[in-house]
Amino acid sequence: MLTANRHIIRRAAPTAGALFLVFWFAGVAAAGAVGQPEAGGVGLPVMVTPVGQETQAFYNGVLLPIISFIALFVFALLVYVGWRFNEQTNPVPSKLTHHTGLEITWTLIPVLILLFISIPSFRLLAHQVEIPDAKVTIKATGNQWYWSYRYPEDQGGFAFDSMMKPEADLKPGDLRLLAVDNEVVVPVNEVVKVQVVTNDVIHSFAVPAFGVRIDAIPGRLNETWFKAETEGVYYGSCTNICGKDHAFMPIAVRVVSHEKYDEWLAEATVKFAKADAPLHVAADQARR
Amino acid sequence: MASSTTVDAHDRPRGLGRFLFSTNHKDIGTLYIIVALIGGLVGFLMSIAIRAELTHPGITIFPGLAQLLHGVDPAMALDAGKDLYNVFITVHGVIMIFFFVMPALIGGFANWFIPIMIGAPDMAFPRLNLVSLWLLVGSLVLAVLSLFVEGAPGMHGFSGGWTFYPPLSANLGSPGPAMDFVILALHLLGASSILGSINFIATIFNMRAPGMTLHKMPLFAWAILVTAFLLVITLPVLAGCITMLLTDRNFGTSFYDPAGGGDPLLFQHLFWFFGHPEVYILILPSFGIISHVVSTFSKKPVFGYLGMAYAMVAIGFIGSIVWAHHMFIVGMSLNAQRYFMFATMVVAVPTGIKIFSWIATMWGGSISFRAPMIWAMGFIFVFTMGGVTGVVLANASADRQLHETQYLVAHFHYTMSLGAVFAIFTAVYYWFPKMTGYLYNETLSKVHFALLFIGINLTFFPQHFLGLAGMPRRYIDYPDAFELWNVWSSIGAYISAVSVIIFFYVIIDAFVRRRAAGANPWGVGATTLEWTLSSPPPFHQFQTLPRITGSGHQ
Repeated sequence: MLTANRHIIRRAAPTAGALFLVFWFAGVAAAGAVGQPEAGGVGLPVMVTPVGQETQAFYNGVLLPIISFIALFVFALLVYVGWRFNEQTNPVPSKLTHHTGLEITWTLIPVLILLFISIPSFRLLAHQVEIPDAKVTIKATGNQWYWSYRYPEDQGGFAFDSMMKPEADLKPGDLRLLAVDNEVVVPVNEVVKVQVVTNDVIHSFAVPAFGVRIDAIPGRLNETWFKAETEGVYYGSCTNICGKDHAFMPIAVRVVSHEKYDEWLAEATVKFAKADAPLHVAADQARR
Repeated sequence: MASSTTVDAHDRPRGLGRFLFSTNHKDIGTLYIIVALIGGLVGFLMSIAIRAELTHPGITIFPGLAQLLHGVDPAMALDAGKDLYNVFITVHGVIMIFFFVMPALIGGFANWFIPIMIGAPDMAFPRLNLVSLWLLVGSLVLAVLSLFVEGAPGMHGFSGGWTFYPPLSANLGSPGPAMDFVILALHLLGASSILGSINFIATIFNMRAPGMTLHKMPLFAWAILVTAFLLVITLPVLAGCITMLLTDRNFGTSFYDPAGGGDPLLFQHLFWFFGHPEVYILILPSFGIISHVVSTFSKKPVFGYLGMAYAMVAIGFIGSIVWAHHMFIVGMSLNAQRYFMFATMVVAVPTGIKIFSWIATMWGGSISFRAPMIWAMGFIFVFTMGGVTGVVLANASADRQLHETQYLVAHFHYTMSLGAVFAIFTAVYYWFPKMTGYLYNETLSKVHFALLFIGINLTFFPQHFLGLAGMPRRYIDYPDAFELWNVWSSIGAYISAVSVIIFFYVIIDAFVRRRAAGANPWGVGATTLEWTLSSPPPFHQFQTLPRITGSGHQ
């Protein structure tokens, strides 16, 4: 039985090591489809904002190598002690129970690793939280179970609801559970500030490709920002449990050129001119 | 039964009364383990239903389940199914934490073995011990009742997640009485755990055998001491937190309602002040058990005993001041996020000390790969996996990308569902011969290990990928692109289900075959006091207190 164990351990070690490397490189390799989840994806999505790219570099370049190394190191140690210090190879156990140098080492090295991680982490955190001067400010309101958006007065001052397209209404190319009837449209290469509030319970506004996530909390106005550098449609979702249709209130942000953005603003101002009235009523009701 | 004496003749209750009214710590421990077994099985079946639903895109299982459980009208089945899914993820969490891991490790194994390991005849307050048990059972009854009354409008059971965030748990989201049942269940449970913890603290401080100083005490006793302190400190905060929710719901206060000057974030701060130490409450007893098993089968004393003991104290202390790392995306100030991030990362240091000390205990040892040792080595590996993703999530900056995604689900299941559960199985296979007097089939136990190790890693490793790619947690349906890894994850869950069947077979087989274990089936490495007693131990042990001599640590 014990010799069998040794053989198993000997063979398992390289296999497991190889598997880890595969997963690690898979995690580093960038995904294909932009703005939407990639089928079978194993890593962070393609990031289109500076903060998102910094997040990706931090995860793939600092965190993933360090945690993979630590997990592999512990696994290798377990395999080694199992192989070297089992009953047959080492019938007489040593009496070693203290080694001050060793204990100081495995306290200090983790401290150094954590300090090493925290430097880029603190820098990224500040970039995420400190909001630069914004060209466009959008107010996103969470409702059970859809998002509403309001544009500022200098951009038309209109508001609209954004509902998930039910499966029956999907057109070819529409993504199930992600496509919405009215997308949020923003200009490319501009700082967009999103103010996130809620009309009822807690929701959370998250767009993975932007590296953006912030809760919508009753009685609070939360803010986040992004600067999308590539045109396209980027999907997100509510990420705080909010009731039965929590999974069915997607976010879709269309990033367009400045010309197209101005065109859309003109259209939307007309189209949604009347749409803000019911929103006020809803907000008043929530406040009671 | 070698040391049974005349004392047994008159104060040993018989039959049903023995278990309903027993004040014996071993009987109460056994009852706790039975509660945990039932709770664990129910929670596990719920997780299988959740994985079955998530195997493929689309809503498949739960509408039918809602019709089956609550007899909903077929026209309403889809909405009822969606809500029932949320009830399942909520109740799965509550059951696994409060009615499986805690009763198994603290009420069960600690109750059984803390008095024996420190050389005491019983717990300090035997009647209080029984009160703790029955409060827990009462709590379980209330929690089950909550499933059959209204929660969200027109729905059955509370469906807002085990974190109970208002307003979803307030009248706005769950006007029905289900949440009130849950709150009262938590009150009973909190009272049960506080009384139990007081009992452990009193026992460990006052009833150690002559010569057993705190620094000679077994590490499992250290683990339970720290755990008991965490419970006594944090549970009253939870009690206040949910009492305010109760009055918000029923008596018109507005602690958590901004319309009346309250703040939903107050709830989150109070909840996590309890909730974060709670995860250490779940894992610290496991640390103690693993230390004993590793030492026993390496035939070496634990490496760095004092470092191991005080690492647990440090984990308990730091773990109590990091709670808001669950709230990085609620809009906290930059400085608050910086503090909670760095404090959280510091927890990795004492945890690392424990991992490396276990490996150093094995280093130079003469390891026999008996079943409990294999489980313990499995624990060390999976807990390390969960630990390193914990370091990732401690970074507020990385958490912004991964918060409330499947990555988080993978992380805490690696520490709890793999970590704590592997420790529970380690404890079962380590102490089963002592508790029952019977040997079990070790080969089958190793098969159980192999299947669970493969199954549960297959369940949760791909969830890292899903979370990185952006799949949120607590979703009943997901975009089609996430299908591949969800299929693998569900296959892993089914493999784990097979391993659970093997577990029950191993246990039943051991009772049927009745192979006598003897006082110490594990050999020279098993040095703690329970191995000096017969298997099973006498009804009252240590009628003459053992005297601990020598300078060595346990």
